[in-house]
Amino acid sequence: MKSAVAWPALILGCLGFGLLYIPITVMVIYSFNASRLVSVWGGFSTHWYSALLGNEQVLDALGKSIWIAVNAATYSTVFGVLIALAFVRFGNFRFRLLLSALASTPLVMPEVVTGLSLLLLFIAMEGVFGWPAGRGLDTIIIAHSTFGMCFAAVVVQSRLREFDMALEEAAADLGARQPFIFFSITLPVIAPAVIAAWLLAFTLSFDDLVIASFVSGPGSSTLPIVIFSKVRLGVTPEINALATIMIALIASCVVVAGLLFYSRSARTTSSSNRER
Amino acid sequence: MQGLASIIQTHGRRIVIALPLAWLIVFFMLPLIEVFEVSFTTARRGIPPFAPLWGFGEDGFFTNFNLENYKLLFAYWEDYFWPAGNSLRLAFFSTLICLVFAYPMAWWIARSNPLHRIILLVLVMLPFWTSSLLRIYALIGLLNPNGFINTMLLHLGVIDAPLQMMQTDFSIYMGMVLTYLPLMILPLYAVMVRLDGDLIEAAVDLGASRFAVLRTIILPLTMPGIIAGCLLVFIPAVGEFVIPALLGGPGQAMIGKTVWLEFFRNRDWPVASAVAVVLLALLAVPIIYARYQDGRRSQFEIDQEDAA
Amino acid sequence: MAPFIRIKNVVRRFGDVVAVDNLSLDINKGELFCLLGASGCGKTTLLRMLAGCESVDSGSIEIDGSDMAHVSAADRPVNIMFQNYALFPHMTVANNIAYGLRRAGLPKSEIAERVYELLRLLRLGGMESRKPHQLSGGQRQRVALARSLARRPKLLLLDEPLAALDKKLREDTQFELVDIQERLETTFIVVTHDQEEAMTLASRIGVMDAGKLVQVDAPRILYERPQNQFIADFLGSVTFIDGMVSKVGKGILSIAAAVPITAADTGGFAAGDTVRMAIRPEKILLTRAATGALNEMPVTIEDLAFTGVASNYRVIGPDGLRLKIHQPNQRGAETALEWEEAAFASFDPADVVLLQD
Repeated sequence: MKSAVAWPALILGCLGFGLLYIPITVMVIYSFNASRLVSVWGGFSTHWYSALLGNEQVLDALGKSIWIAVNAATYSTVFGVLIALAFVRFGNFRFRLLLSALASTPLVMPEVVTGLSLLLLFIAMEGVFGWPAGRGLDTIIIAHSTFGMCFAAVVVQSRLREFDMALEEAAADLGARQPFIFFSITLPVIAPAVIAAWLLAFTLSFDDLVIASFVSGPGSSTLPIVIFSKVRLGVTPEINALATIMIALIASCVVVAGLLFYSRSARTTSSSNRER
Repeated sequence: MQGLASIIQTHGRRIVIALPLAWLIVFFMLPLIEVFEVSFTTARRGIPPFAPLWGFGEDGFFTNFNLENYKLLFAYWEDYFWPAGNSLRLAFFSTLICLVFAYPMAWWIARSNPLHRIILLVLVMLPFWTSSLLRIYALIGLLNPNGFINTMLLHLGVIDAPLQMMQTDFSIYMGMVLTYLPLMILPLYAVMVRLDGDLIEAAVDLGASRFAVLRTIILPLTMPGIIAGCLLVFIPAVGEFVIPALLGGPGQAMIGKTVWLEFFRNRDWPVASAVAVVLLALLAVPIIYARYQDGRRSQFEIDQEDAA
Repeated sequence: MAPFIRIKNVVRRFGDVVAVDNLSLDINKGELFCLLGASGCGKTTLLRMLAGCESVDSGSIEIDGSDMAHVSAADRPVNIMFQNYALFPHMTVANNIAYGLRRAGLPKSEIAERVYELLRLLRLGGMESRKPHQLSGGQRQRVALARSLARRPKLLLLDEPLAALDKKLREDTQFELVDIQERLETTFIVVTHDQEEAMTLASRIGVMDAGKLVQVDAPRILYERPQNQFIADFLGSVTFIDGMVSKVGKGILSIAAAVPITAADTGGFAAGDTVRMAIRPEKILLTRAATGALNEMPVTIEDLAFTGVASNYRVIGPDGLRLKIHQPNQRGAETALEWEEAAFASFDPADVVLLQD
């Protein structure tokens, strides 16, 4: 083939990538702008970063967001693995249709609806059981876990489908039983997908604004809530600094992960080519 | 531990199914029923700020069921149904624009060698992993009257007065594309990477022009990816809140924002619930269609597993 | 003494398809038995039923006198060597081999000893800390074998053990496998579609077709004395000749076919019976001049393939009768036969197999 990609496609492609990155790039540049205004370049400065690091509200919200995200990601992954197991291994079990509907609809549900609905539930539950008492970190964790597990299930499911059942049969043949087989053989082999699911759930929880706004209580403001309240008023350079730090961190993680993945797959393909 | 192991062995399957099922019923299904219920009550002072739908009082069973909220929606048509239609419009065109950009990007990635592919995929996913809130915020700094674009254009003398880019349909579309482009690219990429390059070569060999190859070979074969991507973008886009809140003006009212305002500003939870019900009704058809597509694909997979 | 493995009237269905159809088979202790058949014949299903991976719809399986009906795969004294090895990718060679021993609860020292033993037996010394993806195909196969032998099973099932190896490796491994089996005296059942492999490995072969056993015999008997057309055609190359018995003599039959044929009488045929005969290609002698031997006929060489050691000929005889002949190539100065040359083909009456279909 002469060229795999035609020039109109390349142009649109470059535009697309540009669209994705130009706003971020501009924001990063301006985080070093001594002046508060975008229209004026006041010289290179990092004082917004120091202002950020001294901002207790932001730091507190950051800590809460991380705590919530770690918890939510863990619950999401555990339940997501269970859901994936059910769909891939259990064939046409009794509640399959129901579980399938319940596990896939949160993926496409508008966040305002999810947030509002969960808040109403928590209030109703509080009225009947006395729990949850007020809204706080716990309710946010529950909310994030609920949609997180559906995303986690999707990631794990695709890997589980590819999993070679002969490995489990070999383990059974060698005297192992479930659930030991699952923990000693299956889980380690699908571990990359499980980790990916955890990371996805973490990101979704960490970034969530709408749902957290509905189900949070006084004193449980997450980072997105704090950012949102600040940016409604316009551009705030401390947020630029925060964004830059976050992007740099995530970028390095993603790049490292991508490299690891690439070197791993390169290693396994080259060794399997070494057949005698 | 022995006891636990044997419990898991006999009831393992049931536990695996029951745990997530119970959770989702309680924390997903029940809440939606709550929304539905509350949409039929009235607002009032107190905590919670609405009357219970039913209960037992001194005179026995009572109910506050009424359709006032829905009547309100119909009465104040422009405040409620116009944003609904607007949401559909904005989401529809956003999906289209995403598709136009995502399609060639996905094709480019799918057709690259493995090293480039990983780099490009990382480039696509990187914005996705960073907060969408921050990305939309970045757009403000770009599109504001005193933002980056206007500053540059004024500086270069291309324009005399700042362009109004914020609070327009344009800013909404930009925000949507920024947020949802990776979501559109991924299903497209997944389908395209499985497309056999030999098919294209065969078509070319049989005399097809570039455009014909696109129209008759590539488009039909990537259609499942197109449908998946469009649903993945359209449905959440309809209910978007942050984008119209930060980038939109009165002309870009969207139903997600309406729910938010009813709840947080007007503190009218029953009306907010009613609007949420309307939003769900709007999305009922696309959601059911998406489930149907999902079901077709997974039934195919079940049959394959049963046959194996 | 009762057979070590008793398979009685076993049936397995998948929907409308009967994978194993009322199959009965006895296997002796210490035997290297081969289940041979084309894909889809049910041999793998039978293997999995022996292992406990597949349930039995009806019939019974006994191993060393015990009925396996309610014994799960983990508890049976049976182990499998999988076709694609199914090595645990996240474990070292040593841990792969030790996995079954740990499940059996053996003390650590004993496990270490056994693993070491197997590493030596399978020539895997020095590989204990490697992971499967760091091994070659042949090494992986040996790890799979070692792992399946670790628990000293009464019965070892091997699913196409040599299929994934290249030709040279396969030949070497065939002998190694037989050697190990004889040394350990474990009963082996090998499932394969490769007849050459079956004939090299097995002391007895069971040929399967459509869920049924067609014939169970030692390799030589299967080859020389196939019971029916399916077996004759399945193993090796063969020429079929149809005819009718004209006379039953003393130990011989006269059969009228394209040419009159004299065959050794193996019983069961009377004058007037139609019969299908099978002759193996190496049993037919091809000469330039007539030799006056029995069953001689003039032929023309239609096709020939020179394969170094020997040549394969297709010849046409009287009445359009086609024979397949396999003959070592001439020694000395004699010139070889060429296309379209006239020659003579003959075969011994004892080599004519009368098929009972």
